[in-house]
Amino acid sequence: MAIAARDYRELRLENMSRTFGSINALKGVTLNVRRGEFIALLGPSGCGKSTALNCLAGLLTLSGGGIWLDTTRIDRLPPEARGFGMVFQNYALFPHMSVRRNIGFGLNMHGIAKDKIERKVDEALSIVRLGDQGDKLPGQLSGGQQQRVAIARAIVIEPPLVLMDEPLSNLDAKLRLEMRAEIRRIHELIGSATIYVTHDQEEALSLADRIVVMRAGEVRQVGTPEGLYLRPAHADVAEFMGYRNQLRVRATRADKLIHVNVAGANLPATPVDAVDEGEVVAAIRPDDLAVSATGSIAATVESAQYHGHSFYCSGRIADGTELYFQSDRRVSKGETVRLAADSGRVLVYSRATA
Amino acid sequence: MKENVGTLADPTPLRVRLALRDLDGVTLLALPAVLFVVALFIYPFAYGFVLSFQPKAGNWLANYTKFFSDPFLYDTIGATFRLAIPATLINVLASVPVALRVRHLQYRRLLTAILVIPITLGTVLIAEGLLIYLGPQGWFNRVLLMIGVGKIRLVHNYTGVTLSLILSGFPFTFLLTLSYLTGIDPSLEQAASTLGAKARARFVYVLLPLLAQGLAINLCLSFVQTFSVFPSAVLLGAPAGDTRVISIAAYQAAYEQYDSSMASAIAMIMGFCQLIVVVVILFGRSLAYRGAASGGKG
Amino acid sequence: MAAEKSIGERLWATAIWALVTIFILNFTAMVATVVINSFGTRWFNAWLPAGFTTRWYESAWNEFQLHDVLIVTFEVVGAVVLLSGLLGVPAAYAMARRNFPGKQVVVLLFLLPLLIPPITFGIPLATVLYQAHLGGNMSGVILANLVPSVPFVVLVMIPFIEQIDPRIEAAARVFGAGTGRLFVHVVLPLLAPGILAALLLVLVRTIAMFELTFFTAGPGSQTLVVALYYAVYAAGVRAGQSIDAMAVIYMLTTLVWLLIALRFVDPTQIVTRVKREAAV
Repeated sequence: MAIAARDYRELRLENMSRTFGSINALKGVTLNVRRGEFIALLGPSGCGKSTALNCLAGLLTLSGGGIWLDTTRIDRLPPEARGFGMVFQNYALFPHMSVRRNIGFGLNMHGIAKDKIERKVDEALSIVRLGDQGDKLPGQLSGGQQQRVAIARAIVIEPPLVLMDEPLSNLDAKLRLEMRAEIRRIHELIGSATIYVTHDQEEALSLADRIVVMRAGEVRQVGTPEGLYLRPAHADVAEFMGYRNQLRVRATRADKLIHVNVAGANLPATPVDAVDEGEVVAAIRPDDLAVSATGSIAATVESAQYHGHSFYCSGRIADGTELYFQSDRRVSKGETVRLAADSGRVLVYSRATA
Repeated sequence: MKENVGTLADPTPLRVRLALRDLDGVTLLALPAVLFVVALFIYPFAYGFVLSFQPKAGNWLANYTKFFSDPFLYDTIGATFRLAIPATLINVLASVPVALRVRHLQYRRLLTAILVIPITLGTVLIAEGLLIYLGPQGWFNRVLLMIGVGKIRLVHNYTGVTLSLILSGFPFTFLLTLSYLTGIDPSLEQAASTLGAKARARFVYVLLPLLAQGLAINLCLSFVQTFSVFPSAVLLGAPAGDTRVISIAAYQAAYEQYDSSMASAIAMIMGFCQLIVVVVILFGRSLAYRGAASGGKG
Repeated sequence: MAAEKSIGERLWATAIWALVTIFILNFTAMVATVVINSFGTRWFNAWLPAGFTTRWYESAWNEFQLHDVLIVTFEVVGAVVLLSGLLGVPAAYAMARRNFPGKQVVVLLFLLPLLIPPITFGIPLATVLYQAHLGGNMSGVILANLVPSVPFVVLVMIPFIEQIDPRIEAAARVFGAGTGRLFVHVVLPLLAPGILAALLLVLVRTIAMFELTFFTAGPGSQTLVVALYYAVYAAGVRAGQSIDAMAVIYMLTTLVWLLIALRFVDPTQIVTRVKREAAV
C-alpha cells in the first residue's frame, strides 16, 4: 500500500488538562494509544471529548499535563508541526479548491513534489472511492461525498494519528451506517491510530477497539466494547451505555450474594464495585428485563411500542418508579405483568459513586 | 339553462392573479419609498445628465469640450486621482493585517467602537481638528521637533488632505474587512493548520482567496468615497493648487459661476471616473479569481 | 492557534499594534487639541495654552448663532428620522415579505443612493430643488438628507423583518387582523428594537452629513456641521478658539447620540449593514 501510517509505538496522554477561565473542561486525562488502535472518546455533550481532541490536534493549548509520541514531547508544538490528520464535524473543505487540491493541500504544505502529490491524491481518491470526482468543487458534492474527501485529505499525509470529531453527525441515518463501515475499512487499510469523538454509544461500540467514556472532563472508564457493554464500571457509565433502568434500592447480603429489593421482590444481583448492605443503585438494561410468567417483579404497563422482534415497554412498580423492559408478546396499557432479570444482568453499584 | 355555465368559464380574478405573483396590498407599502427615490434621486440624476448637454453657450457638447480643453478644469481629475488612489490603497491594504490581528481579540467590540468615532464625527470636524493638530504650532510638529526630525509642513497641502482621508477612511475599511474576515468559517484555518500550513500559508491559500471578493468591494467603496473628497480638500488642502479636486470644480461651477449645466456636466464626469475604476477593479478581480480556481491540481 | 510564536511573528504583531496605537493616539490627540484650545485663553508657541477660560463658548454661541443653528439641526434631523422611518419601514416590510417581479431592480434602486457618494448626486439634486423653489430652505435640506436615509432604513430593516416568523403574522390574520391592525399590534412591537436601532443610526449619520446640506441650505437652514465648515472656511477673520468651541459642541452632539446608539447596535452595523447587502 503506497499510503501507510508513519511508524511509531505509542501515543501517551499524561494528565491532560485544560481550563477555560474558571471552567475545568479537562481534568487530567491519561491514556496510552498503541499504533493502529481505534479509540472512541464517548460521552454526552460538555464532557470534554471535543476539548481533548482539539488539545491533541494542537488547536488548544494544554493547561496542564503533556502528550508524547514515543519519546518526543508534542504538546508544545503548533498543529502544523504535529503531522496529525483531522476530520472535522463540518468537513471544513476549502470551498475555493477542487477536490484534488483539497486532498493534496497537506502534501503541498510539506513540500512534496508535484508528480508524487498527483499519485498520492489518485490513491487517496480510490481508497475513499471517489475516483471520478477529483475536479469538482466541494459545493458540488453531496454530504457523504464531502465526508469522504475530508477523510481522504486527512489520510493522504500518512499521519501516525487520525483525529475525527463526530464526523457522521451531519449525515442521515442510512448514510451514517454506510460511512461507519467505510471508516473502519479505511482505518484497517491505512493502519494509523484513530481517535474518534462521538456521543453515540452504538457508533462507539461498532467502531472502536477501545472506548474511553468521559463525563464532566474526566475519564470514567476505558475498556473494550464488550467490557463496557457487559460491565460498566459506574452507574453513570451504565446509564450512558444503555442501562436505562437505574433503580435506587436496598441491598442485603445472604450467603455471600447480594440481593436487591425491587418492588418487594428479592432479586439476586451482581455487585460491580465495593457494594455492601444498604442503599445502592441497580442498573438493568431494558432488553435484560423481560415479561415472564415466573418473574418476581410486579409492574403495571404504561406503554408498549412495537419493534418487530419484540415490544419496548415502560411501566411502573408499586412505589411509582418507572421501569423499561421488553416483552415478546403484546401487552396492553394497564395490564399487570411480572418481570424477570438474570442475576448476571442486574448490576449493582454503591450509591456513593452513582 | 345557461346561467351557471358562464360562472364556470370566468377567469381567475385579477386580484388573485396578482397576488400569486406577490403583488398585493403589502407590496404597495414599498411604493412611497420607491417613488421618493425615483423622484429625488433618479430624476435629478437624469435631469442633470440631460442638463449637462444644454450648456449656456455652444453646441450640446460645449460643457464637455470646455472641461477637457481647460487645464484648470481637467487637471482636477488628475489631482483627485492622485489623492484618491494612494489613500484608498493605504486604507484597504492596512485594514487586512489589522483585522487579522484584531479578530481574535477579547476587547474587539471596544476597539471597533473606538474606531467608529472618526466616522461619526465626519470629515469636516477631522479637517478642522487636523488644521490645528498638524499645524506648525500643533503637538504633532512639536513632537517631531523634540525627537529631532524637525517641522514638516502638513497643512494646506496634499499631505494634510491625505492624512485626513486616512483618518476618516481607515475605520471604514477596517470594519468592512473585519466583517468579511469573521464571516469565514474558522474551521477552514484549523483544517489548514492541521495539514501543515503555517500562518503565512494559511493566509495565502485559505484566507486571501475567500477574502478576495470582499476586498474588491472594499476597494470600490473606498475609492468612490475618497474620490468625492470635498471639505477637507478645501479646508485642509490647497484648493487653488495641489488639492484642487473635481468636486471643487463642480461646486464652483454651481455656486460661484451659477452655471448649473456645467456643474452637472462635471458631476457626470466625476461619476463616470468612479464608474470606470469600479469596473476595472471588479473585472480585474474576476480575472484573478478565474486564474486561481483553474490553477491546476495539487 | 496554540503554541509559541516565532520572533518574526511577534515582531509583526508588535508592528501592527504599534500602527493601531499610533492611529488612535493621533486621533485622540487631535480631538484633545480641539477641546483644549476651546478652553484656552491664548495658545501660541507652547505645549499648552497660557490659561483657561470658558468665554469662547459664550462668544461662539453668539457669533455663530448656535442657538438657532442647533434648533435647525435638530429640526432637520428629527424630520429626517421621522420621515425616513415612515417611508422606509413599510417599504422594508414589503421587500422582506414579498418577492414581486422587478424586486431586484428595486433593490438596486435602494442601493444606489448609498453607494454613490453625496457629491455626485448632490449637485444635480440641489439644482432640481432650487428649480422647484425648495432650495435654500429647510424643506430642501430635509428632502436632500432623506435621499440616502430612506434607503438606509430600508436596507437595515430588511434583515430584522426577515427574522420575524411570518407564521406569527399569518396567525394574526387568521384571527381577523387587517394589514393596518397587523402592523400596529403585531409587527411594530416585534420590530421596535430594530426600528430604534435603524433610526438612531440615521440620526447619527444625518448630524454628520455635510455635502447634501451644504448644497441645499440657505442662511437660515444650516445644520451645525455646515455652520462649522463656514466658520473654518472664513477662519482668518474669527478667533480660532471660538471655532473650536463650536467644534466641541458639534462633537458632543454627535457623540452623545453615538453612545446611545451603541447601546442598541453593534458598531460595525453603522458601516457594514449596507455594504453587506451590496456584497450579497
